[in-house]
Amino acid sequence: MSEDSTSTEHDSGAVRLVHPGERVGVHEGAEAGHGIRRINGELVAMRMGTLSDNGNTISVDPVSSRYVPRAGDLVIGLVEGMTNNIWFLDIGASFNAILPMSLAPWKVEFGAVREHLNVGEAVLCRVQEVDETHSSVATMKGMGLRKLKSGLLEEIPPHIIPQVIGQGGSMLQTLKDLGDCRLVIGQNGRVWIDGEHGGMHAVRAALKLIRDTAHLPGLKERINALANE
Amino acid sequence: MGYEDYQCMDENGIREDGRKADEMRPVEIECGVVPVADGSAYIRWGKNEAIAAVYGPMEAHPRKIQRQDRAILDVRYNMAPFSTSDRIRPGFNRRSREISKVTRDALESVVNLELYPRSKIRVEIEIICAEAGTRCCGITAASVALADAGIPMSDMVVSVAAGKCNGIVLMDLNKPEDNYGEADLPMGILPMTDELVFLQMDGDLSMDEFQLAWDYNVKAAHDVHVIMVEALQKRYGGDV
Repeated sequence: MSEDSTSTEHDSGAVRLVHPGERVGVHEGAEAGHGIRRINGELVAMRMGTLSDNGNTISVDPVSSRYVPRAGDLVIGLVEGMTNNIWFLDIGASFNAILPMSLAPWKVEFGAVREHLNVGEAVLCRVQEVDETHSSVATMKGMGLRKLKSGLLEEIPPHIIPQVIGQGGSMLQTLKDLGDCRLVIGQNGRVWIDGEHGGMHAVRAALKLIRDTAHLPGLKERINALANE
Repeated sequence: MGYEDYQCMDENGIREDGRKADEMRPVEIECGVVPVADGSAYIRWGKNEAIAAVYGPMEAHPRKIQRQDRAILDVRYNMAPFSTSDRIRPGFNRRSREISKVTRDALESVVNLELYPRSKIRVEIEIICAEAGTRCCGITAASVALADAGIPMSDMVVSVAAGKCNGIVLMDLNKPEDNYGEADLPMGILPMTDELVFLQMDGDLSMDEFQLAWDYNVKAAHDVHVIMVEALQKRYGGDV
C-alpha cells in the first residue's frame, strides 16, 4: 500500500490525509517540517493529518493536537489554584502555567492573591517563557491583558486556529459580523466571545461547524452559507 | 471433550468457524467512539470487542514517575467483568498487569515520547467481549487511538497472532483452538518496515512451524493495517 500512496500527487491541490508511518515520497531537496521525518532518504509522516507543501518544506497539519506553549503566545487561562504569591493557570497545555504576583497588573499584597483572582476565573494573558521541560510562566503585564469578567469561552483545537482567523483575518471578521460580538482567540484554542446572547449563540454554532469540518475543503463557503441563513 | 479429542479442522482443511488455516477472523475498526477522549477506537475482531481511549499528553502524577527528558506511557488493559462467560473479578490481576506491560513496551517503540518531557500519555484498553486474542485486539485498537489523538509516532503497531492446534499451524486462533491448542504466537509488527516490536510465545513450535506462523502474522498485519488506515481516513473524511 505504501507504493500506491507514495505515487499520489501531493501538490495537486487536493487534500491528502496521511497516517503515522506513511511514506510521503522522496522529495529531493525538500525540508522535513512538522510531523515529518526523513528516514533512509524518504519522508515519513509521524502523525495523522493533511500533508502540506509550503514551498520547500513538507509538513503535516495535524487533525488533532494539544496546545504546546511558546513564549509570546496570547492565551486564555483559567485559575486552578494559588499560593501566597503565585496563581496556577490552566492554559490547556500538559502543564499549568504560573502567574507570579509580580507579573499581575495590580499591586498585590503577599498572601492576598485571592482578592484579585480566584479559582475558576478566566484571564487573558501572555506566555512569558517556556523552559525545555514545557513549564511556562504567564504574564498579565501588557496591552489588553486582563481578567475576563463577561462573555463566554469556547474551545477549539489549537491546530485549526489559522482557519478560524482566515487569510488576513477574514474569517475572524466574518465571525465578528455574524454575531456582532467581540472575539479574542487565544493561541491555546480558547475563544472569548462577548456580545448579545443571540450573537454569541450564532458564533458558537459557527465555531462548532469549523471545528467539525476544518479539515475538509470549502470551509469559507460553509461559514458564509451559515451567515446568510 | 478431552484435549486429544478436539478436531480443529475437517478433512477439507476448513476450521470450525469456516476459515482456512491462514485466514483471520473479520476485523472492523471505528475511530472517535469516546468523544471526551483525545483519541479513541473501537475494534471488533471476530467475537472480540474492545475500546481503546487515549488521554494526554498531560502532567504525570505523582511527580516521582515523571521523566525529565520524555513522556511516560500509562497503559491499562482491563477486561470487563461481563466479557467472558466466567465473571472476571474487577481490578488488576496478574494477567492484566502483564498485558498492560507488553502493550506499553510495544507502543513505546513507536511513540515519540521525547517530544513531551515530564508528561504522561494515558492509554486505556477495555475488553468488552473476549474470545481469544484480546491482547492483539487491544494493542491494535490502542495504536489507532494514539493516531486519532494526534500523538506523533513513527508507525502504527499492528498486533496479530498465529498458533498451533492438532499439530497444524493456524492463523488467528479462536477460543476452542486456543484452549485445546499447543501453541500461540502473538506478535506486534510495524507494517511499513516489517519490524518486530512485540513477541510472546506460549507452547512449543518447531523452527518450520515458527517460520510459518511468522509468515502468517506478517501477512495478516498488512491486512489489518489497511483496515486501521481506512478507519482513520473515514473519521477525517478522506478518500478510502
